[in-house]
Amino acid sequence: MLKDITLGQFFPLDSPIHKLDPRLKIMFTLAFIVLVFFADSIPGYLAVMLFLGITVKLSKIKFRIVLKSAKPLLFIIIFTSIINLFFTGGENVVFQWKFLKITETGIVNAVNMALRLLFLVMGSSLLTYTTSPIMLTDGIERLLSPFAKIGLPAHELAMMMTIALRFIPTLLEETEKIIMAQKARGADFESGNIFKKAKALIPVLVPLFISSFRRADELATAMECRCYRGGKNRTSMKQLKICGIDWVALAVMIVFTACIVLIDIFNLNIMGY
Amino acid sequence: MIEVKDLVYSYVSDTGDNEEVLKNINLKINKGEFVAILGHNGSGKSTFAKHLNAIHLPLGGKVYIDGIDTSDTEKLWDIRSKVGMVFQNPDNQIVASIVEEDVAFAPENLAIDPAEIRKRVDEALETVGMSEYKNHAPHMLSGGQKQRVAIAGIIAMKPDIIVMDEPTAMLDPIGRREVIKTIEDLNQKYGITIVLITHNMDEAVKAQRVVVIDGGQIKVDDTPRNVFKNVELIKSIGLDVPQVTMLAYELRKVGFDIRDDVLTVDECTEEIYKLCQ
Repeated sequence: MLKDITLGQFFPLDSPIHKLDPRLKIMFTLAFIVLVFFADSIPGYLAVMLFLGITVKLSKIKFRIVLKSAKPLLFIIIFTSIINLFFTGGENVVFQWKFLKITETGIVNAVNMALRLLFLVMGSSLLTYTTSPIMLTDGIERLLSPFAKIGLPAHELAMMMTIALRFIPTLLEETEKIIMAQKARGADFESGNIFKKAKALIPVLVPLFISSFRRADELATAMECRCYRGGKNRTSMKQLKICGIDWVALAVMIVFTACIVLIDIFNLNIMGY
Repeated sequence: MIEVKDLVYSYVSDTGDNEEVLKNINLKINKGEFVAILGHNGSGKSTFAKHLNAIHLPLGGKVYIDGIDTSDTEKLWDIRSKVGMVFQNPDNQIVASIVEEDVAFAPENLAIDPAEIRKRVDEALETVGMSEYKNHAPHMLSGGQKQRVAIAGIIAMKPDIIVMDEPTAMLDPIGRREVIKTIEDLNQKYGITIVLITHNMDEAVKAQRVVVIDGGQIKVDDTPRNVFKNVELIKSIGLDVPQVTMLAYELRKVGFDIRDDVLTVDECTEEIYKLCQ
């Protein structure tokens, strides 16, 4: 049951999006996030939607799955929309009931916010859906490595991520075992209010912590036995190389950026700022 | 070649006393040998193993690997890449979340050329028979498979010696068989020196030489046949002998004329068959 949980789920498919260099993919995702905030008009949103749609289509991942990625954030999306809807000032009041009033700007803001958040989540989950955790950490390490000179522990951060990803399933399995062991001794995890339930987890967390420390100790010894001495003078079996498909993607991304920026400028012009 | 001279090591216990774990150990292990080190819990056998690749440094005496003193800090990485070490729990040795990435870990640390790493990884996985799982996630594998991946991770360093600290203790019987088979292959086909620390007698029988450690000292050092023949001595140390050896011993005690050094089920069957005739 617990074992099915995956963080940053990855769908191993064979698609051009999967084949993209992880470094570029991370940069593109960051650019996409920025661009989403630039696009605040109907043509802008259409452009973003079109771009996202084509990317999803190319990635061979079902649109439904990408849409579902926004589910955990549904509450936040609805909440911010409602706040925007009711608490934005403005002159053209559309609807008023006692102290609640909805203005035209409010509606626009609410829709803006909801769409932005939705695009944000969908765009960034597409990154984890199409990039394996290993590639992702690899990409992050390479992207951060220029900052190593100013003291940023790029390799160490990536190593920590790799180990964390590696141990998530192991620790989940262990948690399950401890829960079963405690249940067998009469522990009750289901009844009571939230505080009682939280308290019931202490006998699970204590052994889990102790065993994690023991694991960490053993892993450190095993890593030393395999000549690990930090990131210095380390090579990597898998080499990242920018190739044909990456250049195409880069060109597409530049065109997309130009579109959004142009739409933005054009909009400002007609609105007369 | 491993050479251990007058090795002494002690821990400071919780009560603040100095607890001597290893007392004056002298041992020589030649290239290509398969040595089993036996001892019950707390006998000092794991502590001894950790001296062989400079995880622990001797407090007294010396340990030499191919003539290099393990306390020479400048040669530390030479020693660690010469003497690989496999531990009990495969889960706590695997670093990466993809099998081949994990096998590549040690050569990457040794700053080997990427193309050469690729070659070594493929060879190492082939050697332990895990090639078809190279893109799997470790947590989806069985215990025996995980341990074989851990062994492949060591082989990729191309060590001359592999020290195994109870590598089968956490495995089921099938996993145990897989791992022991792999260890025997490494020794026979690839000529790697094996130091196998165990308390499983049936595994010790597979070695060419058995060293029994008790109370931080070497008690016996001989071929498995000669070691297990001394049923009383082995029992007095708190260890067992293989079941068939025990059976032969009991039969001799009640007056049957049976060899006292049977080690395998086949030998035992043969002997008993002879008796029946």
